[in-house]
Amino acid sequence: MLNNKPPLFAVDTDFLELFISISTMNIANLFKIAIRAIAGNKTRSFLTMLGIIIGVASVITMLAIGQGSKLQIQQNIAEMGSNMIMIHPGADRGPGGARGSADDSQTLTLDDYNSLLTEAKYLAAVSPNVSSGGQLIAGNNNYQTSVTGVSRGYLTIRQLTVEQGSMFTEADVKAAAKVCVIGKTIVDNLFPAGSDPVGQVIRFNKMPVKVVGVLKSKGYNSMGMDQDNIVLMPYSTVMKRVLAQNYLQGIYASAVVEGMTDLAIKDVKSILRQNHKLREGDDDNFTIRSQEELSSMMSSTMGMLTALLGAVAGISLIVGGIGIMNIMYVSVTERTREIGLRMSVGARGIDILSQFLIEAIMISVTGGLIGVVLGFSLSMLIKMGAGWPVTVELWTVILSFAVCTVTGVFFGWYPAKKAANLDPIEAIRYE
Amino acid sequence: MKEIIRLDNIRRDFVVGEETVHALRGVSFTISEGEFVTIMGTSGSGKSTLLNILGCLDTPTAGEYLLDGTPVRTMSKNARAVLRNRKIGFVFQNYNLLPKTTAVENVELPLMDNSAIGADERRDRAVTALRRVGLGDRLNHKSNQMSGGQMQRVAIARALVNDPAVILADEATGNLDTRTSFEILVLFQQLHAEGRTIIFVTHNPEIAQYSSRNIMLRDGKVRDDTINPTILNAADYLATLPPPD
Repeated sequence: MLNNKPPLFAVDTDFLELFISISTMNIANLFKIAIRAIAGNKTRSFLTMLGIIIGVASVITMLAIGQGSKLQIQQNIAEMGSNMIMIHPGADRGPGGARGSADDSQTLTLDDYNSLLTEAKYLAAVSPNVSSGGQLIAGNNNYQTSVTGVSRGYLTIRQLTVEQGSMFTEADVKAAAKVCVIGKTIVDNLFPAGSDPVGQVIRFNKMPVKVVGVLKSKGYNSMGMDQDNIVLMPYSTVMKRVLAQNYLQGIYASAVVEGMTDLAIKDVKSILRQNHKLREGDDDNFTIRSQEELSSMMSSTMGMLTALLGAVAGISLIVGGIGIMNIMYVSVTERTREIGLRMSVGARGIDILSQFLIEAIMISVTGGLIGVVLGFSLSMLIKMGAGWPVTVELWTVILSFAVCTVTGVFFGWYPAKKAANLDPIEAIRYE
Repeated sequence: MKEIIRLDNIRRDFVVGEETVHALRGVSFTISEGEFVTIMGTSGSGKSTLLNILGCLDTPTAGEYLLDGTPVRTMSKNARAVLRNRKIGFVFQNYNLLPKTTAVENVELPLMDNSAIGADERRDRAVTALRRVGLGDRLNHKSNQMSGGQMQRVAIARALVNDPAVILADEATGNLDTRTSFEILVLFQQLHAEGRTIIFVTHNPEIAQYSSRNIMLRDGKVRDDTINPTILNAADYLATLPPPD
């Protein structure tokens, strides 16, 4: 045999031809050959699969954790009242802006509140918001907290319910009565013995206040704030008797339905601008935020976090794919004689290409399936073990599965092409 | 007699660097159905190149090659693969069986690429071919559990399974001891007697005595093309050998 290299015939195959000829050739036989090759090298096939298994499992688990947290936050925000609109004094300086000047923080007044109460459409409830920190004392017990001065509408806005006793009345508001409604945390701290707090008189910064109601517990919100650490008083009481100020720290309102939030905000804005005698072109001297805005902000933050987690996990999937490519290259070299033989007995380049491609896809798809099962189990384990909110969504499963199939094709293509381009004369004599 | 192979002034040049090597310099002959031809020549005579061309693994630079009436030179690579699949049975010196694979699966291999043949027929034909070469009792033995002679029998069965127009053997006894070589030779003679067309490429002049015709190559040309008037019987010689220990 001369050692001359005979002309290497380029395999005239591209994707299109592959698809055309796949339908004409005996796919079942190629699968048979591929299964034989995989089963013939169990340890190696498993180790190759391991990369894909870990990749898919981590993608699914990471996305499940991300999705779960996102869902829970959305749920928490909805519990807090998704229709809520918050109005604060001072212009919106965006995040990290300079602090407002003193007079900028006093732009909201009771007049604004009254206007909104009477003129604003689309609002189900409006409440002023003034608060002051201080110490609550009942008998031998005291608790450092803050009181919030609100109107009765506040219950609607924050979706609070009075469990024992009742909410303070309009008459209490008019009279700036020394009454309060307290949350579960306050009750636990001031009345640890378990006595009924309703009707008892406690003191806030030396001012005696009568407890008229206890709010139903809401627990912690998604940001870790205790929603039961709350003391509600008539806004008039807080303004006159506690703070001695005539401006509001904020006005809370809630739109009739969530979908009307935007309309309500526009309406509120025009009323306030009119009240504040702002001219066309002047900046607002107040800021309106809606819970919806907050909710979408939180969602997008969580979405970004989820994408990040997914991307990190996705990298491991790619690494797994490179593992397949590596092994397929080794496999092609190792089986050069076999390829030469197959070609000698009549396999076309396309048949060899398909055989190796099918082998790569089978490894990645099998790995993918195991990965899906593992990822699902892992997610459930985390859910039960660590108590994290974890949600496995169908699209994450489909996505990771699709990605690993594509990985198989992509990383299997070059080794398969290399095999198909072998010259049978050389391959059959390969040592 | 039907003409199976016709070579018309076949040339094959290889370009190595700036030099052109003429491996075949105008080879012409025809082989009819039922002939058992040995092609002999020293190394460098061009017999491997000729074998590659006869086996449709390579195409000539010039000249025409008709295999069973089909012109091969201008065929595409894929078309030649299909042609090999239907018309040619290869037997190699080093058997070339799939590792860790049973005899039946090895013999089935050429039929895997023929979608006209279903799984049942494929197996039937593989089993028939294995029985024909005397391995009916070793159908499911794996290639690594067999002796050299048995492996070559599997390879011959594989060459028979697609009922080819011609069987091409490349030093098919080269790796075997004398006794096993003659056993294989007996098998080839039996196939010849059944009317098979066989081309046996070898550098062993002894084998020529058992074929019906001998073509001698030298320097890329046919030097001798002789019909063997007295074909020896390999079975007779085999009987004179001492029994295996």
